Amino acid sequence: MKKLSARRRHPLAAVVVLLLALACTGGLYVLFAPTDKAAADETAQSLAIDEGQKLYAVGCASCHGTGGQGSSDGPSLVGVGAAAVDFQVGTGRMPAQQPGAQVPKKKVIYTQPQIDQLAAYISSLGAGPSVPTKGDYGPGGADIAKGGELFRTNCAQCHNFTGKGGALTHGKFAPDLEGVSPKHIYEAMQTGPQNMPSFPDSTLSEQNKKDIIAYLDAVNGDDTESPGGLELGGLGPVSEGLFGWIFGLGSLIAVAVWVAARTAKAKKS
Amino acid sequence: MSTTASNTNPSADGPGRSRGKAPAGEKVADWADGRLGIYSLAKSNMRKIFPDHWSFMLGEVCLYSFIIIILTGVYLTLFFHPSMNEVEYHGSYVPLQGQLMSEAFNSTMHISFDVRGGLLIRQIHHWAALIFLAGMFVHMMRVFFTGAFRKPREVNWLFGFLLFVLGMFTGFTGYSLPDDLLSGTGVRFMEGAILSVPIVGTYLSFFLFGGEFPGGDFVARFYSIHVLLLPGIMLGLVVGHLILVFYHKHTQFAGPGKTNNNVVGMPLLPVYMAKAGGFFFLVFGVIAAIAAIASINPIWAMGPYRPDQVSTGAQPDWYMGFSEGLIRVMPGWEINFWGHTLVLGVFIPLVIFPLVLVAIAVYPFIEAWVTGDKREHHILDRPRNVPTRTAFGVAWMTWYFVLLIGGGNDLIATHFHLSINSITWFVRVAFFVAPVVAFVITKRICLGLQRRDRETVLHGRESGIIKRLPHGEFIEVHEPLSQEQLHTLTAHEQYRPAEIGPTVDDNGVERKAKGSEKLRAKLSEAYYGEEAQIPKPTVEEYKEITSGHGHH
Amino acid sequence: MSSQDIPEENLPAEQEHAHGAVGVADEKDPFADPGLPPHEHRIQDIDERAARRSERAVALLFTVSMLATVGFIASYVTIPHERAVYVFPIGHVNALNFALGLTLGVALFTIGAGAVHWARTLMSDVEIADERHPIEAAPEVKAKVMADFRDGAKESALGRRKLIRNTMFGALALFPLSGVMLLRDLGPLPGTKLRHTMWRKGLLLVNMNTNEPLRASDVAVGSLTFAKPEGLEEHDEDFQTEIAKAALMIVRIQPDNIKDKRELEWSHEGIVAYSKICTHVGCPISLYEQQTHHVLCPCHQSTFDLSDGARVIFGPAGHALPQLRIGVNDDGYLEALGDFEEPVGPAFWERG
Repeated sequence: MKKLSARRRHPLAAVVVLLLALACTGGLYVLFAPTDKAAADETAQSLAIDEGQKLYAVGCASCHGTGGQGSSDGPSLVGVGAAAVDFQVGTGRMPAQQPGAQVPKKKVIYTQPQIDQLAAYISSLGAGPSVPTKGDYGPGGADIAKGGELFRTNCAQCHNFTGKGGALTHGKFAPDLEGVSPKHIYEAMQTGPQNMPSFPDSTLSEQNKKDIIAYLDAVNGDDTESPGGLELGGLGPVSEGLFGWIFGLGSLIAVAVWVAARTAKAKKS
Repeated sequence: MSTTASNTNPSADGPGRSRGKAPAGEKVADWADGRLGIYSLAKSNMRKIFPDHWSFMLGEVCLYSFIIIILTGVYLTLFFHPSMNEVEYHGSYVPLQGQLMSEAFNSTMHISFDVRGGLLIRQIHHWAALIFLAGMFVHMMRVFFTGAFRKPREVNWLFGFLLFVLGMFTGFTGYSLPDDLLSGTGVRFMEGAILSVPIVGTYLSFFLFGGEFPGGDFVARFYSIHVLLLPGIMLGLVVGHLILVFYHKHTQFAGPGKTNNNVVGMPLLPVYMAKAGGFFFLVFGVIAAIAAIASINPIWAMGPYRPDQVSTGAQPDWYMGFSEGLIRVMPGWEINFWGHTLVLGVFIPLVIFPLVLVAIAVYPFIEAWVTGDKREHHILDRPRNVPTRTAFGVAWMTWYFVLLIGGGNDLIATHFHLSINSITWFVRVAFFVAPVVAFVITKRICLGLQRRDRETVLHGRESGIIKRLPHGEFIEVHEPLSQEQLHTLTAHEQYRPAEIGPTVDDNGVERKAKGSEKLRAKLSEAYYGEEAQIPKPTVEEYKEITSGHGHH
Repeated sequence: MSSQDIPEENLPAEQEHAHGAVGVADEKDPFADPGLPPHEHRIQDIDERAARRSERAVALLFTVSMLATVGFIASYVTIPHERAVYVFPIGHVNALNFALGLTLGVALFTIGAGAVHWARTLMSDVEIADERHPIEAAPEVKAKVMADFRDGAKESALGRRKLIRNTMFGALALFPLSGVMLLRDLGPLPGTKLRHTMWRKGLLLVNMNTNEPLRASDVAVGSLTFAKPEGLEEHDEDFQTEIAKAALMIVRIQPDNIKDKRELEWSHEGIVAYSKICTHVGCPISLYEQQTHHVLCPCHQSTFDLSDGARVIFGPAGHALPQLRIGVNDDGYLEALGDFEEPVGPAFWERG
C-alpha cells in the first residue's frame, strides 16, 4: 500500500496520466468523429443498418423475432422508430433480463454508437419517431411555468408532482425521473415505453415537450432548490408524517427523558 | 449556595431578597389579591406536587405544541388571504410565473417566498401540528396502558379524546387552506364522502361548498372553522383538561412511599416552574430547528388546485391516514334501488371512521362496568398487570396501523417493490385478523411477564453468579430483593371474576339473571379468570420459600 | 382507605399494603410499603465547586441564547430572502429560512436547557409527599346541596305550575330553529346540477395541452390525451366548477380490442372519450396503462378497464366511468354527440 501511494505521488505520474488520456481521447476521436461529408452519409447509413442488424440478431432477435416482427416474448418493433430504440436500449431497459411486471432500467450494455446502429436498423423496418436533437429538448425557448401546468395535467398522476415516481397496478410503477436525461424523457413522451401512454406531437406539441423537460429540470434536477430544507423524498405527507414521528416526537421524548431523569447522586466511594 | 438555601425555605424568599424589589412585587400581588383572590389560589397550587416520569411530560409536548401552533397561526393570518378569487402569480418563484391560482394559494406563496421568515413560521406551524397530534396519540396511549383513565379521571379522558378528534379536523381544515393541488384533492375526497351520505348527502355538500364543488366559498368557510371555531373549542377543552389535572393531582407509579392517598414528587415552585417552563422552550426550540432543516408541505412543488389535475401519492397528513386506509381498501359496493343510490363503498368507511376512534374512547367505561369498581385510582398500573386491557390497546393500535398501511399503500408498493393490489388485499384481511392476533400475542406476553415478576419476587433476582454445590450441581445464585422492590412488584391489585348475583332475592323470590349480568360475568371471567392473570405471590408463599432457603 | 362502599364481591381481596408515607419495615409483611427512601444528596448539594460548575453551565446556556437571538436579528437583516445556499447533507436550501430557524431554535432550546439544568442540579430535589383528598363530597355536604336544590326547586314552583314549564321548554326547543334556518343560504339546492355537464351535441373536444380542437387523426393508438369542451377557458369564472365535471380522458384502442359493444358504438374508430373524474370520490383518474388499457386512480386505486366499458376491476369505485358519445364533424374534428348519459363523478343518493 505504502509503496503504491508513494509511486502515485511521483511527479512524473501526472504527466504520464495526462499523456495517456490525451492519446485515448485522440484515438477515440479518430474512431468516432463524424466524417462530416454529405456524400458519405448514405453509405454510412447503410453501414450502420448492417451493423445494427448484426447487433440485433445477437441481442434482440430471440424475443422480437429475426425480422423485428415480434414473438410471444416481445412486441413487434416495426414502426416503433429510432426514438424507441434509443430510449429502451439507452436506459438499459433493453435487452430485458427476466420477465416481471415491468422491465426496469439497468446498466446500459451498448455504447451510444451501437445504440445508434440498432436504431438505424429498427427504423429501416418501418418509419417511426426519430431520435430528438438537442434543439428539441434543450432549455432554449422553454416556458417553465407552462411546463409545470402541462406536467400536472399529463404526467403528475403517475410520476408525482415533481417526478418522483409512483405506483401502478400489480407491481408496475412509474419511475422516478430524477437523473433521466432530457433526451430520454423526450423519447419516452414520444414513444410511450411499456405501459406508459405515448404523447405524440399531434396532442402534446414539440414546444409542450420542451416546456415539460425544462420544468422537470427546474424542480427535479441536481441543483433544484428545496427552500424549506430536507425534501424528504418529495413524497408528500407520508414521509413528512414519518419524519414528524421519528425525529420530531422522537427528539422531544428524548428531551423529556432528560428533563424527568433523576440527577446523578453523589456516590459514597 | 444561596439558591438552595432560599429554595428550601420559600417563606423567607420574599423578604430575604431585600433590595427594595420585593415590596413592589408584594404591592402588586396585594392589589391583585384584593380583586382576584390570588393568595388563596396560590396557597393550594404554588407548591403543588408533580411526580417525575418522562411519560408524564407527553401531555406537555401537546400543550406546548398547541401554544406554538396558536402563536404561529396568528402570525400567518396577518398575511394569508382566505379567498378563492383567481389571480395570476407574479411572485419570486419562477416555475409558477403567470399561472392562475386562487388568492389563498397566491398569498401562501407570498408567505413562503416573499415574507422574510414567513416560510419558517409556516413550517413551524405545520410541523408543530403534526407533532401535536402525534403527541396526543402517544399521550393517550400512555394514559390508556397505565390505566390513568380510571375514576376519577374518566371525564378528563374524554376531554383529551375530544381534543384529539378536534385536532384532526382542525389539522385537516388547515391543510386545505392553501388550496394547492394536494389539499384540493383531499377536499374533493371529502366532497365525495359527504355525497355518499344517504338522503341528505347532496344537500350537505351543496351547503358546505356553496353549490357545486369546488365553487368559490370553501376556503373562506374552512378558514373560519380552522382559526376560530375549532381552536376556540379546543382552547376551552385544554383549559378544562388542565384544571382537572390540577384538581385530581397527578397519578404516580407504585413504589416505596407512594400510595393511593398521596402524590410524591417535586413542587411546582420552583422545580416544575423551571422544568415545565423550560420544557416549553425546549419543545419550541426543537420544532424551530426541525422547521429550519426539513421542508413540509412545499405547495410550490404541488401547484395550485385544479379539479382536473392530480398527483400520485395523494395522501392526507398522517392523522387522517387511517381514514385514507379505510377508504382505499373498501370494496366498491353500491346499491341502486327505486331511483336512489346507496354508496356503501364510501359510506361504510365514513361510518367506520368514527367507530375506530370511539372504540378506544368508550373503553374506560366498559372496563369500569366489568370491574364494578367505584373507588378512586391514583396508582398507575403496569401494563403487564392488566393483560386484557393491554391486549385490547395493542389490538386497537394494530388496527390503526394496519389502516395507516392501507393509506400509504402506493408508497409502500413503490418503495418495497410490491404490488399495490397485494397490499390492498393484505390490509383487507389484516383489518379483521391482525387485531385478534395482536390481542392473543400481547396477552400471552403480559402473562409471561407476570410469571417472571412472580418468580423474581419469590426467588430473587438472577445474579449471574454460578455456584457449584458440594455434590457437583451447578446453580445460579439468586439475590433476594429489597423491601422496596418487593413492595413495588406486589403493590398491584388483582380482581377476582364477578359472579352472577344470587338468583333468589332477599324475599326468597326467584329471579332470572339478566342478559347484561351474564355478559358481565363472562367478560369478568375473561378479564380476571384463571386464564387471564397469574396470581401474585402471597406473603405466605414468600415466607415459605425464603425460610426454606430454597434456591430454585 | 377509600373503600367504605364497595358492594361488589369481585373487588380485590387485599387492599393496598400502604400505610402512608412513613412506612415501617414490617417483619410480618415483607411486601409492606417501606415508605419514602431517604433523600440522597447530589454532587451539587455537597460540593460547592460542582454547584458552581452547574451555575456556570446554566449561565452559559442563557448567554448562548442571547447570542442566538442576536444572530437571528442579524440574519434577518443581512441575508437576502431569495438566496439559496448548499448545506451538507440537506441540499440547496433557502439561506434565510435555514439561518432564522437554527438561530431561533438555538435561542429557545438553550433557554429551556438552562432552566431545566438549573432545576435538575441546583434546586432542591427532595421528594415531597402531598396528601390526596377524595374528589367525592362528604355525605353532609351532599345532603346540604340536595336540600338547597329541593328548596330552590320548590320555590320556583316549576314542578307545580306545569303550564309554565311546558311552554318554557317549548320556547327553548324552538328558538334554535332560527339558527338552523339561517344556514339555508349557505348554498343553493342541488336540483339536477350534478346530472349535467357542459357537454352538448356539437361541442368540439379541445386539447388541454395545445388549447386547439382535436382531430381524429391526432389521436394515436396507445396515446393519452385530455380534453375540455370548446368555449371553456381557464380565465372563466366558473372554470373550476365546470372542469370538475367536464374533464375528458381520450384514448384510442384498436376497435378489435374493444370488448364492450356500446363503447365501440360511442367511439369514433376506436377513439373513446371517458370522464376523467373517478366515480369513487372524484379524483381526476388518469393513470392509463396503454398495454392493458387499465386506468388507475392515484387516490384510492380504483381500476377501470377502458377496453371493456370502463368497468371497475379493482378498488373502491362502485360503477364504471361514464363515456361521452363522440363523432367527427365535417372538418375532421372530434365533437360530442350530446352530454354524458349519466352523472359524472362520485355517486350520490339521488343518482339512481
